[in-house]
Amino acid sequence: MSANAAPTIRVSGLTKRFGAVHAVRGIDFEVSAGEIFGLVGPDGAGKTTTMRMLAGVLRPDAGTLSIDGIDVARDPEKAKLHLSYMPQRFGLYEDLTVGENVFFYAELFAVPRRERVARSAELLHAAGLEGFERRLAGQLSGGMKQKLGLVCALIHTPRVLLLDEPTTGVDPVSRRDFWAILYRLRESGVSIVMATAYMDEAERCSRLALFHSGEVRHCDTPARLKAAMPGALLAVHAAQPRAVHRALAGLPGVLGALLMGDRVHVRVDDAARRVPELETALRTAGIADARIDPAAPGIEDVFVALLGTPAG
Amino acid sequence: MFGRVGVMLVKELLQLRRDRTAMMRLIIPLVVQMLMFGYAATFTVHHVPTTVLDLDRSAPSRGLVSHFVASGRFDVVDEAQSQSQLQSDIDHNVAVVGIVIHAGFARDLGSGKTAPLQVVVDGTNSNTALIALGYVNQIVAQFSAEEVAALARQAAGAARAPSGVTLQVVPWFNPGLEDTWFFIPGIIGSLTLMQVVSLTAFAIVREREVGTLEQILVSPIRSVEFILGKTVPFFLIGLADIALVCAIGILWFKVPFIGDPAVLLAGSALFLLAVVGMGLLLSTYSHTQQQAFALNFFFVNPFFILSGFAFPIAAMPKVLQWFTLINPLRYFLIVIRAVFLKGVGFSVLWPDLAAMAALALVMLAVSVSRFRASMSS
Repeated sequence: MSANAAPTIRVSGLTKRFGAVHAVRGIDFEVSAGEIFGLVGPDGAGKTTTMRMLAGVLRPDAGTLSIDGIDVARDPEKAKLHLSYMPQRFGLYEDLTVGENVFFYAELFAVPRRERVARSAELLHAAGLEGFERRLAGQLSGGMKQKLGLVCALIHTPRVLLLDEPTTGVDPVSRRDFWAILYRLRESGVSIVMATAYMDEAERCSRLALFHSGEVRHCDTPARLKAAMPGALLAVHAAQPRAVHRALAGLPGVLGALLMGDRVHVRVDDAARRVPELETALRTAGIADARIDPAAPGIEDVFVALLGTPAG
Repeated sequence: MFGRVGVMLVKELLQLRRDRTAMMRLIIPLVVQMLMFGYAATFTVHHVPTTVLDLDRSAPSRGLVSHFVASGRFDVVDEAQSQSQLQSDIDHNVAVVGIVIHAGFARDLGSGKTAPLQVVVDGTNSNTALIALGYVNQIVAQFSAEEVAALARQAAGAARAPSGVTLQVVPWFNPGLEDTWFFIPGIIGSLTLMQVVSLTAFAIVREREVGTLEQILVSPIRSVEFILGKTVPFFLIGLADIALVCAIGILWFKVPFIGDPAVLLAGSALFLLAVVGMGLLLSTYSHTQQQAFALNFFFVNPFFILSGFAFPIAAMPKVLQWFTLINPLRYFLIVIRAVFLKGVGFSVLWPDLAAMAALALVMLAVSVSRFRASMSS
């Protein structure tokens, strides 16, 4: 599948207000079949509101929104047949078994019996939930619950999958299973829209929309967003990264400095010219063990560079 | 449409089956409360502790006291020697009623004059006091009628006994004025109201809290289908409730049922629609079970008090009387009492049935539209 096919999701001028709060301010984007489209931005940037409008549970104040050519606001019932929405916490019936939950969601979407049996076996296998069919959903671990949510969300073979921070609080093994399922879906031509707070997950998306204050400020592939980042990125390793941060932030030519755990990412206008200056500044500050290397920017760096605030 | 409602019903049944204590929770409190109320809800007063101050100490005065004891309504717990002792008996809750027979009682009675008798009643419980006073009047009237007759006989055959007017009271539909007959049908309606409103409201709010409501609403199911699937079980539970408590009323408390069961079924169905609608309406105003609990408490208790269950609506202030017009229990109590005791049918009860139908329609319509709105926020 290529991203050049006719877009499955078209969003234009989408707007939502809650009283005085302007949650989403006229955003536009398109998502094609086989794309994983990431929504990245801090809390309150409008990601969840956008998701809920896409899912047809929240009515937009202005703008249009179509899925496979169906106007979601005008004909939500029809659009809902083709999409699936998984909020941060998927609504499972904890007093029903794994099998009964899958059965319920399959019947809700009127999935024919034979298809339901085959598909639930396949999805439960992929999610590593085989053999748990008779276990009560309430007795599953957090990661397993979330995978069961994904199974329920996918039982009717949606063409559009909406995921709102689906792996928050999920263990690494379950996250890996989760992503394996997403990649398979992408190959089969499903359009996936995913809000995420994890930058490593954002890196795996086909394209990203950077949200800030209810607006999409930038929208492109991770590689092009990185290429568009002004300046060059340097990684400064030292035993005391906080001291490095203090010594370098605000120097001439330093566009930004971001503490990254054991190192500091420093963005400069011109690497060749600034590296000697930085080395001098570090020596002056009494930091002898620092090492400066060129660094490949992550989405976090891009976000900060483009929007001036951290993404998560 | 029936497919998706059916799916909801299957799910509800699965959940009910999994919940081993559900049946116990649904049935036992109902039966226990029915039995408790059936015995406790009565205005009849027996064995009222009574103190007697007999200052006359004559045969007629002792005769009067024995009338009191013989009635079974009063127990003489003390024979006071003075006015102050009688006062102290009532102050210390030894007695609720004090009877003072003044000196000269027998003399006045014998000479055909009015014989004074004083009755003191502890009015702190005005209910008991009023009822006890009623009995005092009855007993004294009977006593004086007997005395007058005896006196007339003594006055010999010359003059014939003075003829008087005798009032013969015949209460219809409940000849013995058994107040269990009045209360039991009321209890059936009240218990059903309380149980079904809270069950409905809580079940929907729980789905909202757990997040399954949002999940269901992103499926192609329509609000009406969801609401039907969610409320039909409670409608059926309500019908079973009414049948169960009616059976207890008829078989255990021996309340006569002389009406047409079909009329009661129609009334119950309309009543339950209104009650389920009320539960739904409360759920659309509640995001958490605590909120649902508070709203339930705020509405259900007034509906109970202002239903005519115990306190006559005609005696309430006008504003409260208007409020009772939106109370489904008010109409249902009229219907259930009429079917049980009067045996009247649709031709008499149609205004009350129509009122419940209208209430059901309004509550269900408002809650369905509010339900849609409450999801978009």
